[in-house]
Amino acid sequence: MTTGSKSIILSWLTTADHKRIGIMYMVTALFFLVIGGGEALLIRMQLFYPNNDLLVGMKFNAAFTMHGTTMIFLVVMPLNAAFFNYLIPLMIGARDVAFPRLNAFTFWIFLLGGILLHVSFFMGQTPATGWFGYANLSTKHFLPDMGADFWGLSVQILGLSTLIASVNFFVTIINMRAKGMSLFRMPLFVWTTLVTQLLIFLSFPVITIALLMLMFDRTFGTNFFNPDMGGNVVLWQHLFWVFGHPEVYILILPPMGIISEVLPTFSKKPLFGYTVVIYSTCALALMGFTVWAHHMFTVGMGNWTNLVFSMATMMIAVPTGVKIFNWLFTMWGGSIRFTSPMLYAMGFILMFTIGGLTGVMHASPPIDAQHQDSYFVVGHFHYVLIGGAIMGIMAGFHYWFPKMFGKMLSEPLAITQFILLTIGLNMTFMSMHFVGLEGMPRRVFTYSAEQGWTFWNQIATYGAFVQGLGFLLFFYNIWRSLRYGEDASADPWDARTLEWSISSPPPEFNFAVEPIIERTDDFWYKKQKIGARAIEQLTGKEQVSVPKGSYYPFLATLALSLIPVGFLIFTQNQDQYSILLISALGGGLLFYFLVKWAFEPLFEE
Amino acid sequence: MTHETTTGIDNRKMALWVMIGSECMLFGSLIINYLIQVHQIAGVENPDLIRPAQVINVPVTSLSTFVLLMSSLAMVLSLNGLQHGDIAQFRKWCFGTAGLGAIFLGFQAYEFTEFYWEGLGLTANNFGAAFFLLTGTHGAHVLVGVIWLLIMGGWSYRTSFQSEHHSILLEVAGLYWHFVDVIWIIIFTVVYLFVLAP
Repeated sequence: MTTGSKSIILSWLTTADHKRIGIMYMVTALFFLVIGGGEALLIRMQLFYPNNDLLVGMKFNAAFTMHGTTMIFLVVMPLNAAFFNYLIPLMIGARDVAFPRLNAFTFWIFLLGGILLHVSFFMGQTPATGWFGYANLSTKHFLPDMGADFWGLSVQILGLSTLIASVNFFVTIINMRAKGMSLFRMPLFVWTTLVTQLLIFLSFPVITIALLMLMFDRTFGTNFFNPDMGGNVVLWQHLFWVFGHPEVYILILPPMGIISEVLPTFSKKPLFGYTVVIYSTCALALMGFTVWAHHMFTVGMGNWTNLVFSMATMMIAVPTGVKIFNWLFTMWGGSIRFTSPMLYAMGFILMFTIGGLTGVMHASPPIDAQHQDSYFVVGHFHYVLIGGAIMGIMAGFHYWFPKMFGKMLSEPLAITQFILLTIGLNMTFMSMHFVGLEGMPRRVFTYSAEQGWTFWNQIATYGAFVQGLGFLLFFYNIWRSLRYGEDASADPWDARTLEWSISSPPPEFNFAVEPIIERTDDFWYKKQKIGARAIEQLTGKEQVSVPKGSYYPFLATLALSLIPVGFLIFTQNQDQYSILLISALGGGLLFYFLVKWAFEPLFEE
Repeated sequence: MTHETTTGIDNRKMALWVMIGSECMLFGSLIINYLIQVHQIAGVENPDLIRPAQVINVPVTSLSTFVLLMSSLAMVLSLNGLQHGDIAQFRKWCFGTAGLGAIFLGFQAYEFTEFYWEGLGLTANNFGAAFFLLTGTHGAHVLVGVIWLLIMGGWSYRTSFQSEHHSILLEVAGLYWHFVDVIWIIIFTVVYLFVLAP
């Protein structure tokens, strides 16, 4: 490490260290958060006045499409992935994930997918189909430009990244646990991660096939989604939501795990009903696969189908409610410290419950027929995604930031941001419920003054800017803390899980001595028995071999990037099959690098 | 090399099992799509539409199915050879498995061109498109398996290959191969044998 900045860049490019990969995920996701948030502000600015002309027609469609796709695939999922990467090996007492280089590969192809999606901006071919890409909005006939191709290929690549990561983390959690870390001694975040991986590897193949069919329709002239030629547009909706509903749980389960770590720590009590929370997490995952058609109540599936999916959907309230009560009882009687992570976790419970309540409302088909395609639905899912997922992620961010970067964040700034975010999101999304009930449809770029929607729309826009201010403060807080923040001790929160038993930030090899686990919240009990100091000394100087870096994950990603490029050029020149040779070349290079990679030893010999 | 795992199962083997779970959903989606398209085309009165019964050739594909099934046997013999340190047996059956897989792919290429000349191209109708997507995806999996086995077999000529350390890798490859085989049995039933049903 003596030759300066070049070797630093190379060391990050070739790293196989799960902690560095986690940080790269986090930085990338926060970057996309700024882009996705900017798109949200543009949308809100357009809707501020009736008959506004800031962002009209397809431009507005492009803005909400990119906002949705970015926030789901490039912000919430990678932020979750950042926590998986950084924390899972630490929490289960492992030195790395099961496949360290594969882990690097998933990050690089995630980055490729994100870049590819945003290249469409510079080409003036932005996707404008909605994040759900409903056929036949997305078929060639109605959207002849490359927008939907960009969207399809990017989501395909992002899906590939998520799938590979899910296999990696599933195997890591099952197979890399420290001695004594039985399944029912694992921290709850590890459990929700495990269940999330299960959801990912069972639901993403379905969207893979749906996107493949869409690509064949658009590029090779098949007619799966073309009703004129015997195709079926409802088929897309089914395939999309068979993936799309589990996806909702993929987004929310990890934040649920995060707050299940934060609440016990700051209540100084073990999680209430630990096993019950685990069982209800599993129940949620299982049920997540049985409710997809509640997104399609107004399609005309028939009363019986609607009835079955309606009942299944309402049943989801049971495990969710169980969890909410478990979190409340965790705080009950505890000695609570109102730190920023705790506030976010408490905000999560409240906001997520509001989102959940409206969710139960449109689980009923007749009510849904009124809500469908109105701003009421937009209000609902933003309560669960911002009030839920983002609040949970913020709790995790403020909780684990000292561990990841070795610096404390400023509490006053963090609490101010929490207040701004909470006020802002309630202004924005509560207003959406009202304006939705007044009949404002979603995905429209304007409305007229007589419709009487101006007031609530303006409140919503003000709220969006309050949230934006909160995030500005958040980024300032990060910058300030990295620059001037006080150093974090190994265990600044008096926490319960293994990652706090080693220094902040942890050494490259994580644990000098592999921990031995005797019970749930093992670290906490050991602290009571022998004191935290004694634990910290386990971080000795012993030399442990760590996986060496590799160029191949990055090179393989470069090769992979040729494949979508070939397809994208081909979509515009569909008679020249030779263009597909670019994709073939990419495939060949990818194969070459994968073989080289497979024969490269993981450790120094 | 790698330290022992919690369950005692090799990480790579477990990863492949997880991948198989994922692949089940992948092929499940394709099979359901195929069934939907066949059902849809059955309800359309149009003499020009090419229907499954007109093109599907059960005897020929039964033969190729037999070849693929035999390749699973060859796979088992190959693994057995490697696990007992018998490199010659391993090599013979490893290349044999790949060869049988290649023959299966040859059958598939023949079938695809035959369909094409009978007028069922990719874009002729949705039954054809779903058929090509389903069997084509399966064929791509077989191709990956063939290449994988060729690499394993080729590697055994290098000195870095040690039968006691690397039999687990062949076991993982074999797991994949058997899975691709089992999926074909389902596809064969749904796509080919259902045509025979009255």
